[in-house]
Formats: sequence, C-alpha cells, structure tokens
Amino acid sequence: MQPGPGQRIATAAWPCSRHAGDGAALSSDVTVKLQEYHAKTLLARAGLPVPPYSVASTPAEAWEQAAAYFDDGAGAVVVKAQVLVGGRGKAGGVKLARSAEEAQAHAEAILGMDIKGITVRRVLVAPGADIQRELYLAAVLDRTAQRIMLMGSAEGGVEIETLAEEDPDAIVKVHAHPQLGLQPFQAREMAFRLGLGDHLKEAAAICTGLVKVAQDEDADLVEINPLAVVREAGPEGPVDTLQLLDAKMTLDDSALGRHPGHEEMRDLDEEDPADIEARAADLSFIRLDGNIGCMVNGAGLAMTTMDLVKRAGGEPANFLDIGGGARSDKVAEAMRLILSDHSVQAILVNIFGGIARGDEVARGLVEARSKQTRSVPMVVRIVGTNADIAAEILEESGAEIVTAESLDEAVEKAVELAGSAA
Amino acid sequence: MSILVDKDTRLIVQGITGREGGFHAGQMLAYGTNVVAGVTPRKGGQTALDGAVPVYDTCSQAVEVTGANASVIFVPAFAAPDAIMEAVDAGIRTVFAITEHIPALDMIPVVAEVEARGARLIGPNCPGATTPAEAKVGIIPGSIHRPGRVGLVSRSGTLTYEVVQAMTDRSIGQSTCVGIGGDPVNGSDFIDMLELFAADPDTDAVVLIGEIGGGAEEAAAAWKAEHMPDTPMVAFIAGRTAPPGRRMGHAGAIISGSGGTAEGKIAALEAAGIRVAESPTHIPQMLVEAGVQPD
Repeated sequence: MQPGPGQRIATAAWPCSRHAGDGAALSSDVTVKLQEYHAKTLLARAGLPVPPYSVASTPAEAWEQAAAYFDDGAGAVVVKAQVLVGGRGKAGGVKLARSAEEAQAHAEAILGMDIKGITVRRVLVAPGADIQRELYLAAVLDRTAQRIMLMGSAEGGVEIETLAEEDPDAIVKVHAHPQLGLQPFQAREMAFRLGLGDHLKEAAAICTGLVKVAQDEDADLVEINPLAVVREAGPEGPVDTLQLLDAKMTLDDSALGRHPGHEEMRDLDEEDPADIEARAADLSFIRLDGNIGCMVNGAGLAMTTMDLVKRAGGEPANFLDIGGGARSDKVAEAMRLILSDHSVQAILVNIFGGIARGDEVARGLVEARSKQTRSVPMVVRIVGTNADIAAEILEESGAEIVTAESLDEAVEKAVELAGSAA
Repeated sequence: MSILVDKDTRLIVQGITGREGGFHAGQMLAYGTNVVAGVTPRKGGQTALDGAVPVYDTCSQAVEVTGANASVIFVPAFAAPDAIMEAVDAGIRTVFAITEHIPALDMIPVVAEVEARGARLIGPNCPGATTPAEAKVGIIPGSIHRPGRVGLVSRSGTLTYEVVQAMTDRSIGQSTCVGIGGDPVNGSDFIDMLELFAADPDTDAVVLIGEIGGGAEEAAAAWKAEHMPDTPMVAFIAGRTAPPGRRMGHAGAIISGSGGTAEGKIAALEAAGIRVAESPTHIPQMLVEAGVQPD
C-alpha cells in the first residue's frame, strides 16, 4: 500500500481516544494519553531540546519552583494546568507570572479548577520564553499509508485542525521509511519547507528525534505545538534556538507491556473508575447514558447491537466488548461492571462465538447471576462456537434468563424489558 | 472457485500447540480444511490433534516436507510479527494473522516486507477466511456458511458471522467470506479483497461490512464505482449511533477531515451505487433485490 494524494488517516488520536465517538477508539487501537510533563520527560530523555520545567501540586511548591527560576534570571514564569483535555488556555488554565508570589497566586487559582469536567491536580511551572517564531511539528501514525508521518506547519501555536481546513497546503507531510525510519534528507526537506534553513541541524535533529521517540515509545502521536524559535541572552549577544515548548503524546495500549515506565505515567485521576476496572479485567468498556446494559463480543458487533437498540427505541447504557477468547471469570467481571451502573434496567448479552466460546460465556453468566444483588432482567443470545453447550448450561442453571434466537429478537426483548422496568 | 482459500489450500497452523491454536486447528480440520502441519519451536516431531497433524520446529521445515501454501497464525502478540516473517520467508504466499493486540508500530516494517516479497497478509486481529464446503482458515464458525456466489469482506469479526448467518438463513450462499481485521496497520484492505472478488468468475455479488472511523469504506466505494460498476454490492456500517461530539482531534482528524463518520461512509457508498443496510438482517433481502438468486 503506497501513500497517495488525498489519503486519510484515522489514528485514534488526542484528545479523546478513550471515549466513544470514533470507531478507531471503539475497536482495538486504544491509546493512552500522556500529560504534558510526562511527554516532555520522554522527549528530554531522547535528547530533544525541552526547556526546563517542574511540576507542582500545591501553590507553595509553585512558589518555590518559580522563585528558583527567577533566581536563575528568568524574566517571567508560566504556570500551566496539567489536564488531558484541549483548550487549557481558553479555560484560564495557562497564566504568566512576573514574580514568585504571582506564580503562587496563579497556581492557587488553577489547582482545583474544573476544565471540561476534569479537576486540575497539578500545574507545570517553567521559565517564560522570548518567542521569535512558533511552528507546529508532529509524528503521527498514518494508518492509510501504514507509516509514521511527520507533519509540520510554519504556523504554530494555532489550532492545527482549523489550519488543515482553511489552508491544507500550509501543512507539510513526509512519511518515514517503513524499515529505515525517517531519512536524513527527509528531515532536511521538512526543515527547509518550514523555513528553518537557519537552524538546519537543530531542526533536522528534532524531526528525526520525534519519529524516533514515536518508534521507541510506541506512540501513535507525538505533537509539538508550539515548536518555537526562542531568543536567549548569550555571552556575545542574543542567541536563537529551537525549543519544544508544549508536547502531547498518545501511546499504543497494545505495547504497554514492554514499557514498564509508561504504566506509571497513566493518569488514573482523569480516568473514569469504570474504565480503570474494565482495563484491569482486559475489557473494552465505555459508559453511556441509557438503561440497557450491553455485553457483546467484538467491537463491530457491539456497535451494531447498540445501533439496533437505539433503532428499536431503547438507549444503551454502555459499549462493552468482552473480546476474543473470554473466559467465564471475565464474563462475570463484565457483568459486575454493567450492574455497577444503577441506571441499568435490563441487560442484553449478544455473543456470536468464534474465538470466544459460548459455553465459557454461559458459565460466566450463571456465576454472575448467582452473585447478583440487584434483580435486573437479562436477555441472552449465544450463537456460534459451542452455542449448544451454552444453551444446556443456561437451562440447567435454572437462572432467570430470557433467551433469544435472533439478534433482532434479542434487541426487541431487551428494549421491552427496560421499558417496562423504567 | 473462490478467493484466498479453497480445496487446494495446504495449511500450516503456527501456534498449533497453544490453547486457541489447538482448538481452532481442530475446528478447521473438522470443516475439511487441508491442515498439513503445525509449527511450534522445540515441539518438532510431536503431533497435534490426536496424531492428525505433524508438528515442526520451523516453517521452512513444514513447507519443505508438506508443500504448504498458506499459514494461519495464533502465536502471542509479542511473537506474531516474527511468525509472519517466518512464514513469508519460508515461501508461504498467503498468511492469515489471527493474533490481536500486536503493537501497531511492529507491523509497519512487516507489512512493507510482506508486500515487497509479493506475499499476501490478511490481518492481524482478523477472523480469517472461509470458502464454504472447501476450506475454513481462522476462527469463523464453520456451521454458519452455505456455498454460493456472494463474496463478503469485513473489517469486523463477530459482526461478519452475524451477516453470514443471516445470508445462510435466507439460502444465499457465499463464494468466500474474509475478515481483514481492524488494526491500524494491517496487511490487506477492502480494495485488495475487492480486486480478488472482481477477478473471481464465481463471485456474482459482494457484501462489504465496515465500521465508523478511518476512510477505508469511502476508498472502497470509489474503487467499486470505477472498477466493478456492474457487480451488485450491499454494505453495512457499524456505529451509526455511536455518540457524536467526541470526535478524534488534532493530528488524527486533520487528514480525515469530515470523513470517518457513519453518515459520510453511507453517503460515499450510496453515491457509488451500493445500498447500505440498517440492520445486518436486512442484507439478504437487499441482495435479492439487487438480483442475487437464493439457491
């Protein structure tokens, strides 16, 4: 598959890959978002020019850190909310301070602030920079080209989506070689096309570095916005250097196992407790607003089941894909997760056995049913691999379960039961 | 006739001694697939499935002894990219990778190499392919099929089974059903499979099962309109009611623009003359209306 003009990519990218709304997120390519300070840690570790920063979780810490920067000669200090949602600046989560006291006051205001439903628990404190120019640069997994793509824009610090719509030609794209990585000539080309000819070595090293960080850390997005030309005083007058002023990264969930350090960077405070439980049980779960709990195997079938519930006049309470090869204990855990949502009035289990076996699911359901503290009607449809054994298990258990043959029938029954319970 | 797999398929199962590999190798054998060998390093000389299938240490041994021409991979994610390379290096031209959770970036050099060598990879994270009454490679339940003349290609796993079952229930048989998987970096896309169906004299119509996200369905629609305008085609898109407002942002959304939504995909498919079903169970009737004769 060669990349071509007009190609599209659909990496589950920042800022919402864990949530519903894009199909990629609902399927297997789930990503983990990193806070700015964690992304900067990984970028600095790779030798990229990240200016000094520190992290404070109290106003007093912010004062202390700011005071140290002012002692070192900083003219200003920036205090930035650390949250995994976009639009921090507009929400008042990024402030400039001229003194340590002012930095402390800003930290006081920002810590505990609510930005798009997320409570700010930490701020990043950094010396202010004398910015001469702002650019945009990102390494991203392009799933159409099946390569890592480096994309840059000479206009940084702006909403890149807006730029893409208004002036797509302003975005420069280069694909890294699938086996050799980003080649030096490609890095130079990007640098020249971004107008960074005066900073060729630095710019090329940053281009190469971003792709390498993506590869080394299994990131599907490494975004620097802005990449800035920063003026600093030198012994022989002012010196301009390229610096990574802000960073966003998302990591491939499937690769977490080989990066032990990444798990610690996960911000559990910002994740829905149900998400954390689901992940621990290796389930793909997204809570929604309805009252019909859904347990399905396979993302496509799970989405289809939700579509049909809506079409029949019901509202799904969740998206839940128990995945392939689910054992009975995983099924029981999934059921517990569904029932932890008190708005659930009916449960719809739709399993088409392939790699998942119907009998394992049935055993899990019976086990969960026996431990269930709340009486919620359940419609079960199990077809495919070992469906006959599953039927026997459900029958013998004597559990109160409504069975259904077809998908349409199962959906109708669940919608009906949820309606009569409400 | 069919695509990808048939009665001449000589299949090796990489990871045959594992739980999933063993179970599904048994199912494939029971379906009548010609499973000629298993491969598990350090288990060469043993047999699997009650003596029915010899196990070799390496793919090259297995190919040399059995003349295998296809492979299906069940090995764990960390070892799967290497297993794909091993199969291709041993001369296997058609490789199915069932394994899920392979890190996306591991697949980039592998997919490029498979393509450079002229081999074909289906997956990873795919259910495989079945040519009814001839061969079943992967994990699609054999019982749902009926031989016939409608090809099916899907990004999903279990949703594919649902559609195949609905077709079989209405006596609409299949030439070949293939699941290409939904991973970000994978071996074959919709268009690769449509090319095969277009060239297959025994496929009269095609069903395409897509999902929201990405632009693969739109690309497939455009290809169909240009290259197989007269072939009846019906599609289904999962995720019509997935909650809006939490669109993928930043770098991901830039190139996908307004694409990736169910509405966008349905519009593109319909513009290409492909009818899109609201429920998987509507697909058989739409095929009949498009001129497919139930057997």
